[in-house]
Amino acid sequence: MLTKDKLLEFYRGMVTIRAFEEEVRKMHNAGLAPGLVHLYSGQEAVGVGACAALNSDDYIASHHRGHGHCIAKGSELDRLFAEIIGRRSGYGMGRGGSMHIYDPATFNLGTNGIVGGSVPLATGAALSAKLRGTGQVAVSFFGDGVLNQGILFESLNMAALWSLPVVFVCENNGYGEFTEIDDVTAGRPYAKRGEAFDIPSEKADGMDVLAVHEAVSKAVTRARNGDGPSFLIFDTYRYSGHHVGDKQEYKDDEERELWLSRDPIPKLADMLVAGKKIKQAELDELDAKIKVTVIAAANQAKKMPEPDADDLARHIYAA
Amino acid sequence: MAKISYAQALVDGMRESMAADTTVSLVGTNVLGLGPQRPLIEQVRDEFPDRVFDPPCSEAGLASLGIGAAMAGARPIIDFGVGSFSLLAWCQLVAEAGVAHHMSGGQINVPMVFTMLHGLRGGGGGQHSHSPQAMLWNNPGIEIVVPSSPKDVKGLFKAAVASNNPTAIISHARLLGVEGEVPEDDFVIELGSGEIKRPGKDISLIASSRSVVTALEAADELSGEGIEAEVVDLRTLSPLDKDIILKSVNNTGRVIVIDETNESCGVAAEISAIISEAAFDALKSPIKRIARPNVPVPASPLLENCLDITPDKIIAAAHDLVGN
Ligand SMILES: Cc1ncc(C[n+]2csc(CCOP(=O)(O)OP(=O)(O)O)c2C)c(N)n1
Ligand SMILES: [Mg+2]
Repeated sequence: MLTKDKLLEFYRGMVTIRAFEEEVRKMHNAGLAPGLVHLYSGQEAVGVGACAALNSDDYIASHHRGHGHCIAKGSELDRLFAEIIGRRSGYGMGRGGSMHIYDPATFNLGTNGIVGGSVPLATGAALSAKLRGTGQVAVSFFGDGVLNQGILFESLNMAALWSLPVVFVCENNGYGEFTEIDDVTAGRPYAKRGEAFDIPSEKADGMDVLAVHEAVSKAVTRARNGDGPSFLIFDTYRYSGHHVGDKQEYKDDEERELWLSRDPIPKLADMLVAGKKIKQAELDELDAKIKVTVIAAANQAKKMPEPDADDLARHIYAA
Repeated sequence: MAKISYAQALVDGMRESMAADTTVSLVGTNVLGLGPQRPLIEQVRDEFPDRVFDPPCSEAGLASLGIGAAMAGARPIIDFGVGSFSLLAWCQLVAEAGVAHHMSGGQINVPMVFTMLHGLRGGGGGQHSHSPQAMLWNNPGIEIVVPSSPKDVKGLFKAAVASNNPTAIISHARLLGVEGEVPEDDFVIELGSGEIKRPGKDISLIASSRSVVTALEAADELSGEGIEAEVVDLRTLSPLDKDIILKSVNNTGRVIVIDETNESCGVAAEISAIISEAAFDALKSPIKRIARPNVPVPASPLLENCLDITPDKIIAAAHDLVGN
């Protein structure tokens, strides 16, 4: 049974990510956040539920829709914003931006602009943990688009072969860019991709933070006990489409409403209130507090200095 | 002549190629990126619904699927979208498509096209901003097309599809919206034919792709100061029109090579080497290169802009040379 504190931690995490992404949207629309910016809104239950099952020194590797993973793993909000708007105090000194945020302090091997990039990276981190005998586990977050990249199969094979402590977490939000995943993907159910390598594989509800937490916890325990990898696939949804500015004309209202009705945040709130763990008014207060914190971090980031062009040639080779 | 955008001209070239040959198909629909020109690609789908494929995200497989199809008699167009994603298919490009004709003793042809967008795009960062043409040019067997104008992309596209070699058509995200006049008749531009985009006697600005547009802007300003720059558009890197380069250099004696690929082993480096070998005596001053510094492309707009090739950089280099 999860404690009230743990449930509130989930709630806080998801609300923080949602609020963070709203600020990122504003920053992008104001011309501050360059490039294509992919929001995690709608998928919070996956990042929060999964990272809550990890120790602080467990590794994660994330993808292009990765702000939520960084937050769930404990990165600082102001430095995340700063990186997204290209400031010197950002995690990559403004060089990486939204799709390239590395934070070794939280054992985060980065958000990643290469579709599929996170899969072998996390597998490699798991190899390192095994070689060094640290007991660490690595989680790879990746989108449904990766189900069709060869590198997924190569990584699954190595992870199974060498019994590596890695958890493969596929976030199936139904689309890659503007294409329905089912239109470009054969072999259903998709969890069969893990089974083909004798990896325990499971599909669960990615709009339910408790379901995610339970599935990932089981997989992490298995990995830590030396029993090798797991393949998890969570059905979820991207509320803002592929990138900020995507008009989402390829989606119909019925589909949108169905997924809005499954929003993981009110779902957990309703459960907490119905279970008399907390009053709605207290949650509202919490929401407001989180919003203030997030906006303060955004404002802090906007005041951070721009990077220095003379720095560009630094850090190309390690000392 | 009608004035249309680069993106529309590219689509027209593709449509005409598909109309002319029923074995031509398009695999991938990010040819025009995800920006405002994107919907134009639907014209191709509307006209040839059976020959346009929305592919899975599988670059290496797609590339070699195209190569196999080409070896077996079709003429596919395989689209990578962002040029950086061609790197996932590098082996297929350079060690399959580029060498099959040669290694089969001339028996096998790979008549296909790869499309991609290269270069600084605004926030692409170190994973979405590559200009792979120099890396490709480092390998034999692949034709490389780097158009700078609507007319050129249309004429070269048709030549690329008709060619019996694998051909990479590398466009620039920031060229897609550029407008220009395109002849209405059925024309083709031969691969390996450069073009003087602006004649001049004082200095040669040798460029390709978007750098041609920048060079033309610089040439306009220089002309106001009494410096007449000749703008040479390479149009294709492989085959390369060496004659047009050497003729211009012999004419002016001063050269700036402008190109967005990285400085080390980049397009500007190769062109400079060719000129030093073949026209050293014609040079009145050392060759100058304006290329991308050897750093990963940063996401910060301020830093990214530092790497951009601007008319100012070309003008400053021209002042240095003409002052000599
Ligand atoms: C190797 C590679 N190919 C193509 C792209 C372009 N691209 C960016 S996001 C994306 C869709 C990915 O879909 P999915 O994995 O389902 O993630 P989602 O955006 O749905 O979260 C594509 C194809 C890329 N970034 N990297
Ligand atoms: Mg998806």
